[in-house]
Amino acid sequence: MSIAEIFDTMSYGAAPESDELALKWIADHKKKFDLFIGGKWAKAKSACCLDSVNPADGSKLAKISAANAKDVDLAVKAARKAQKDWQALGGHSRARHLYALARAIQRNSRLLAVLETLDNGKSVRETRDIDIPLVARHFYHHAGWAQLQDQEFAGYEPMGVIGQIIPWNFPLLMLAWKIAPAIAAGNTVVLKPAEFTSLTALCFAEICKDAGLPDGVINIITGDGSTGQALVNHPDIDKIAFTGSTEVGREIRKATAGSGKHLTLELGGKSPFIVFEDADLDSAVEGVVDAIWFNQGQVCCAGSRLLLQEGIAEKMIAKLKARMENLRLGDPLDKSIDMGAIVAPVQLKSIDKLVKTGQKEGAQMWQPSWAVPKDGCFYPPTLFTEVEPANTIAQEEIFGPVVVAMTFRTPTEAVQVANNTRYGLAASIWSENINLALDIAPKLDCGVVWINSTNQFDAACGFGGTRESGYGREGGHEGMLEVLKPAYLNKLPLSKPGPSKGRTPASGVATTDLDRTAKMYIGGKQARPDSGYSLPVLSPTGQNLAEVGHGNRKDVRNAVEAARKATGWTNASAHNRAQVLYYIAENLDIRKSEFADRLMQTTGVSRKKATDEVAATIRRLFSYGAWADKYESRVHTPPMRGVTLAMKEALGTVGIICPDENPLLSLISLAAPALAMGNRVVLIASERHPLSATDFYQILETSDMPAGAFNILTGLRDELSDTLAKHDDVTSIWYFGDQKGSQEVELASTENMKQTWVSNGKARNWFDNEQGEGREFLRHATRIKNIWIPYGE
Amino acid sequence: MATISPFKPSAHSHARNPGMALSLDALEDVRVNLSAVERRASTLGGRRTVKKAHQAAWLLKAVSCMDLTTLSGDDTPGRVRRLCAKARQPVRPDLLKSLGMEGRNLTTGAVCVYHSMIETAVTALEGSGIPIAAVSTGFPAGLSPFDLRVKEIEASVAAGASEIDIVITRGHVLTGNWQALYDEVKAFREACRDAHLKAILGTGELGTLRNVAKASLVAMMAGADFIKTSTGKESVNATLPVTLVMIRMIRSYQEMTGYKIGYKPAGGISLAKDILGYQIMMKEELGDDWLQPDLFRIGASSLLGDIERQLEHFVTGRYSADFRHPLA
Repeated sequence: MSIAEIFDTMSYGAAPESDELALKWIADHKKKFDLFIGGKWAKAKSACCLDSVNPADGSKLAKISAANAKDVDLAVKAARKAQKDWQALGGHSRARHLYALARAIQRNSRLLAVLETLDNGKSVRETRDIDIPLVARHFYHHAGWAQLQDQEFAGYEPMGVIGQIIPWNFPLLMLAWKIAPAIAAGNTVVLKPAEFTSLTALCFAEICKDAGLPDGVINIITGDGSTGQALVNHPDIDKIAFTGSTEVGREIRKATAGSGKHLTLELGGKSPFIVFEDADLDSAVEGVVDAIWFNQGQVCCAGSRLLLQEGIAEKMIAKLKARMENLRLGDPLDKSIDMGAIVAPVQLKSIDKLVKTGQKEGAQMWQPSWAVPKDGCFYPPTLFTEVEPANTIAQEEIFGPVVVAMTFRTPTEAVQVANNTRYGLAASIWSENINLALDIAPKLDCGVVWINSTNQFDAACGFGGTRESGYGREGGHEGMLEVLKPAYLNKLPLSKPGPSKGRTPASGVATTDLDRTAKMYIGGKQARPDSGYSLPVLSPTGQNLAEVGHGNRKDVRNAVEAARKATGWTNASAHNRAQVLYYIAENLDIRKSEFADRLMQTTGVSRKKATDEVAATIRRLFSYGAWADKYESRVHTPPMRGVTLAMKEALGTVGIICPDENPLLSLISLAAPALAMGNRVVLIASERHPLSATDFYQILETSDMPAGAFNILTGLRDELSDTLAKHDDVTSIWYFGDQKGSQEVELASTENMKQTWVSNGKARNWFDNEQGEGREFLRHATRIKNIWIPYGE
Repeated sequence: MATISPFKPSAHSHARNPGMALSLDALEDVRVNLSAVERRASTLGGRRTVKKAHQAAWLLKAVSCMDLTTLSGDDTPGRVRRLCAKARQPVRPDLLKSLGMEGRNLTTGAVCVYHSMIETAVTALEGSGIPIAAVSTGFPAGLSPFDLRVKEIEASVAAGASEIDIVITRGHVLTGNWQALYDEVKAFREACRDAHLKAILGTGELGTLRNVAKASLVAMMAGADFIKTSTGKESVNATLPVTLVMIRMIRSYQEMTGYKIGYKPAGGISLAKDILGYQIMMKEELGDDWLQPDLFRIGASSLLGDIERQLEHFVTGRYSADFRHPLA
């Protein structure tokens, strides 16, 4: 086109970024890559390999090795070998290494950006302006955590060897999210990139080598799902960190159940993008562009459900359609486009299928008038209106450039629709009313909330979800705690096995006292067991002391329902909750000798030990009365004008399965932190020594504990814990019992992806304040929601 | 091959804005989120770029939209004649020839001067078709007596200015006195008669982007043909976030009334790279119509020199120097 013609039409031209140097880098490696193990390129044991394809034009970029179980074993061994020395280097030395990596990434930023675009199909604008700068920022930030580790994480140590599995949507960024915190803390890693997008990880391996990172600290093994499986199942891995689909996350939870491997999962999402009638609509439209057409919508936290207040819905949709006409889609290397290619044909098919389902179910599809390129993997930006929550496309994650619009009438309804999902990753709120925005943010069940913004990420701010979006946080202080563990955990002994189970229901208790019936405590009332059966409670010498209710699944159901209703406890002020905990302590103190007697009777301890246990229990209640309003949230400072609140929130309903040791002290050591943080508790009392728990009702009844906030069940531990672990309305489950039971609870937890905290058969010294109370407990009793609040007028 | 139409300066393809009654409801609905606006403004440059031939063509278009300006206390007829000569021939003919743009009669969009220089400009621009814009109404503060401000407009129109760049009373905005602002601009518009009114908002003195948005709307309701950012004399002049807010209000006014209003950023735009950012924003937010001189003007004085250097670089492949291009 001549200049004069352009002068008249004022059109855009192609402005491609050159791929010459990236292709040369691939060619220099003879278009074939080995595995990176122990600081060296290692041939995979299997000759099988995978093609890395440029989705924008279908061209083959390189051949990638497929690691098998033997390769994984070598990589884990290399990581294990390197770990002690890496840890021993100390925070400052590790900080220097991370700093060097950050600098090296910046020096190679354009190569990495172009390589990522070639391999993934995302626009070079995004890789250049978002992915790669965030990668460098992640290493800088975590160099800082390594430097400060001794002061800021005293008493913690690295987990050891971490296996990491990352997805194809942000290949290098997810690598950085995983690797930077892990190695900062002194762990070594074996990382498996996604099979579609391994090139930048391999380039990163080379950068690590050039930057002088010690051999074995980072090992990169490429391959497909089977490689990941081998990594997950490797016995010498201390933790698995996974980002990917909920389906695979569930498999990983099952595979690692009971293994003691720490697990963080960052899974799918169907995040709401809520626009209130007082929002800056033009800005909200750009927000939608960033929410769902960022990376072609292949973003776990994509704002894929557009929730519009009825009064502005029509206007917003009209603006959005006009905006969609202006979007440009094409060659990902073109610097004048908004959208690039979908990662692979299989993904394109899956998007297309869901879109067709949406149409079949009666939703109205709208796409801009322009056509997408025919060669290559492209899908146009797509808007669905006339969608109801009951439609498949309103519930299923599409993972493509497809947004579904729904309406709401009131803020309450907005929250209701927003939370009407199995996922809980992120949310975006658009309103110029600070009262409204800050009222809605805590009510959304998710891990990240962006106010008047969307898809903001920073190394200083934790990222992660709730519900079926997974658990754990990556980034910031909270992210560091996912790659560290309290040092004393290494020292915990195995707990002594209890007596054999399966006692038959019996009746007739030899006692001279007036008969007392120990019932369950559900919804603030003493309740008979649904089964109508009782279980005998035996003294250490085998005498029948009393009977307790033989709880069954219906009792669990009733208790969880009571807990669901007791939202007043969660919404009560921290001061209020502290008052109740102190009051419980006060009432226990009044009856301390009675509780000591019971401990002597049921556990056979001396009077001194029994008295000590009651006293320790009272102290612990005081501790959590104190903590209730002191386990405070943080304010992160990402590079923006604004703040990010890392708000510590109650989880919801926590199921607690108590151990047999120190039945009174352990019960309170577990229930009190959960209650202090505003959770509702369904607690299964020690199977052997339930009477301290059943005696405790009377204390609760006199201590202003609201009905349903604290429910206590008795019965056979593993029978009840199974129902509790499978209950979809229980957010987290804590199991303190044997190894087998721990495994079963973790296996049962996968349907709603509830968090688990299991003892794996290890015993704690509940009298020891380090093991028995404090931040570790509070951390398990809360989750962190990062609320991004940009400001400025 | 597309048909190449001859360049027509100031050809108005749209109906002139008659204004409308002041709608306080519409003002109530105005919402501007600063952080989101800044995000859009700062990331747009990463989403769109024009290179090579496209860049050259876009820069030539920018020249055609330029209000070549001199607004100094030491302006003299000699200075203004030099400016007008440059407006007639803003880019060296040999460069235009190399760019395939000879015979297109490329001129700047207008020259912009104080009232006392109109007469000189009229003579100097005779036959060129280049309109003369006069700053008016007690420019730059706009605080002289109201009837004198109206009279100044009438005098400038009578002297031959076909565009009047008025300044609003910023105090009306800062005190939320929208009625007074409306009445003022409406009176100015009446005084302009056939001359086009460009309303300078003095955005650097309005405090918030929401004020900028509301002032933009009121000026358009009162009949402004263009809204313009600044006098060039405030400490902060045209910026991309301010531009985004003002042109979104232009879109909003068009949605309300169907009329297209022009936009003129002024002050602080001195680099070719900068003006491409403004052009991209106009194209993206309002569409191609707003890249033409009847709806887009650039208030600038030193920008032209940089554009000339970039154009020469495009033609020769060598970086150019300012002394190779005739002074404005």
